Amino acid sequence: MAKSNTADASYSAQIRTKKIIRTIICVILCLLSVFPFYIMVINATHSSDTIKIGMQLLPGTKLGSNYTGLMKKAAGLGTNIWVAMLHSAIITVPATILQVYCATMTAYGLTVYQFKLKNVAWSFIMAIMMIPAQVSIIGFINFMMKIGLYNTYWPLIIPAAAAPSTVYFMKQYMASALSLEIIEAARIDGSGEFATFNRIVLPLMKPAMATQAIFAFVASWNNLYTPSMMIVDQSKKTLPMFVQALRSDFAKQDFGYIYLGLTMTVLPLFIIYFALSKYIIAGVALGGVKE
Amino acid sequence: MKKKTVEYGKYGYIFIAPFFLVFLVFQLYPLLYTFFLSFVEYKDKNGKMFGPKFNGLGNYLDIIREKDFTTNSWRYLDTYPLNAIKNTIIMWVCNFIPQILLSLLLAAWFTDTTVKLKGQGAFKVLMYLPNIITASSIAVLFYQLFDINGPITLTLKHMGILDNDYNLMEHAAPTIGLIAFMQFWMWYGNTMITLIAGILGINPSLYEAAMVDGASSKQQFFQITLPLLKPILQFTLVTSAIGGLQMFDIPSLFNVSNGIGGPNRASETIAMQIREYGFVSKNYGKAASASIVLFIITLIISLVFFALTKDREPKQKHAVVK
Repeated sequence: MAKSNTADASYSAQIRTKKIIRTIICVILCLLSVFPFYIMVINATHSSDTIKIGMQLLPGTKLGSNYTGLMKKAAGLGTNIWVAMLHSAIITVPATILQVYCATMTAYGLTVYQFKLKNVAWSFIMAIMMIPAQVSIIGFINFMMKIGLYNTYWPLIIPAAAAPSTVYFMKQYMASALSLEIIEAARIDGSGEFATFNRIVLPLMKPAMATQAIFAFVASWNNLYTPSMMIVDQSKKTLPMFVQALRSDFAKQDFGYIYLGLTMTVLPLFIIYFALSKYIIAGVALGGVKE
Repeated sequence: MKKKTVEYGKYGYIFIAPFFLVFLVFQLYPLLYTFFLSFVEYKDKNGKMFGPKFNGLGNYLDIIREKDFTTNSWRYLDTYPLNAIKNTIIMWVCNFIPQILLSLLLAAWFTDTTVKLKGQGAFKVLMYLPNIITASSIAVLFYQLFDINGPITLTLKHMGILDNDYNLMEHAAPTIGLIAFMQFWMWYGNTMITLIAGILGINPSLYEAAMVDGASSKQQFFQITLPLLKPILQFTLVTSAIGGLQMFDIPSLFNVSNGIGGPNRASETIAMQIREYGFVSKNYGKAASASIVLFIITLIISLVFFALTKDREPKQKHAVVK
């Protein structure tokens, strides 16, 4: 009896040590996630000269002068940070709505109706999921030049309507969350197919649509590759293109401005993330297990 | 369900039409057009657009050989686009191996029932955080932190780890290492959450049976978790490899001068090279052929992946998807 007690004690001690070690490692990793952003915010409040001396861990007093300095510099660039943010919003908001709505429509068509090409269409969507946008960019740009959409926001918005991974997610969700009886009942009550979709199905799909909307929003908001090749006007820059400009010569001389500019680009995402992190983490977990 | 909906079949086509219409016009046609452009000479010659003029495999030949102007002879394989592909693969591998190992370790810890970690929710939120932040901003931020006057470089110098006149950005190894680190740092949280979901999807009775048989948690991990996690690990590998091949945002804003990934092209990726050909030097034919090479590599990776997972019976798929 006594023996097993000491065995138990050493076993639970062993577990406790493991727990402490693992917790410490996790805390270190979490600090690593936050640390660069912490330095970024702190340095946004210091002057360039102070930053050049060494690492600052406490906030300074130069936030206001950095802001006016950044705005003055950015004015020469054609697009200031607020306008760049507005441009990104003009692209991202309709693209997100289009992506989620069209994907839900497609998934609905493939779930509820029986038609000849249904399986072909579904296999096709699965097959194109792996094709990245980068491989067709040259043809895409040339095509947009021909039809006069080059250097406009349309090529950054419309393609969102064909997002295979969103269709995949919505179809998986529908398989578990949408009962066909409801649709039958709506038909008997005389509801048209589109009215049923818009008034009955969409509200049922809200949780999945919200998750996908977050990811679509973030992907579009952060996109640099396509806009950097599609948009040539200085005055049409999006937010990641503004960040690109921060990296180039116009701001290079003043570190305080750069850190402040970065902080301003990152802050909205921080707010969205901490407000919605529960849904985002759940969405990652669901979306990843697709095999 | 089947019989009753037959008469509504045409609505099926209507509902999927927008997706396919947009796909055909904005994705498939550009892809075919890129394919066409890869066989023509179509470029900016002294400020005037030349072509498109059929050029056979000329552009592809240009991918594998380059003229050496000092010796006036052809240099094979050691070309900008092929080196860019090599750089891309190196940076991906340096990020993926530590990423998958750490994610697996953390996923095992987070699902370990004998050692229950507290605060898992907060850990997940903070570890996933970098993934949501604009990659361009992260690249510029890290550049600022590690540049010659950056706070981290200065701290390393004060501590005597780096020589006073050492510039990380002038050396290939630290540049590649930092880019790989940023990718790793942005993605391990995502991979970890995916793997946790996969582990939680494994039938718990398997673990119960193993526990009854006296299997340690290490044994359980290697005998149950890892084999059953294989499909998800393969999926992670393939999506990460395909995503990694497109790597652009981070290297294009990290250690660059005149848009080229330095030092000495060591951090130039294939996506950056395509952009340089297409957008800067306006050689659409060459850019298109580089894109098609990238497409073929992507295709091979996907096909190998599908061949690997094909023999899996559909039953297991359902169990995992749930």
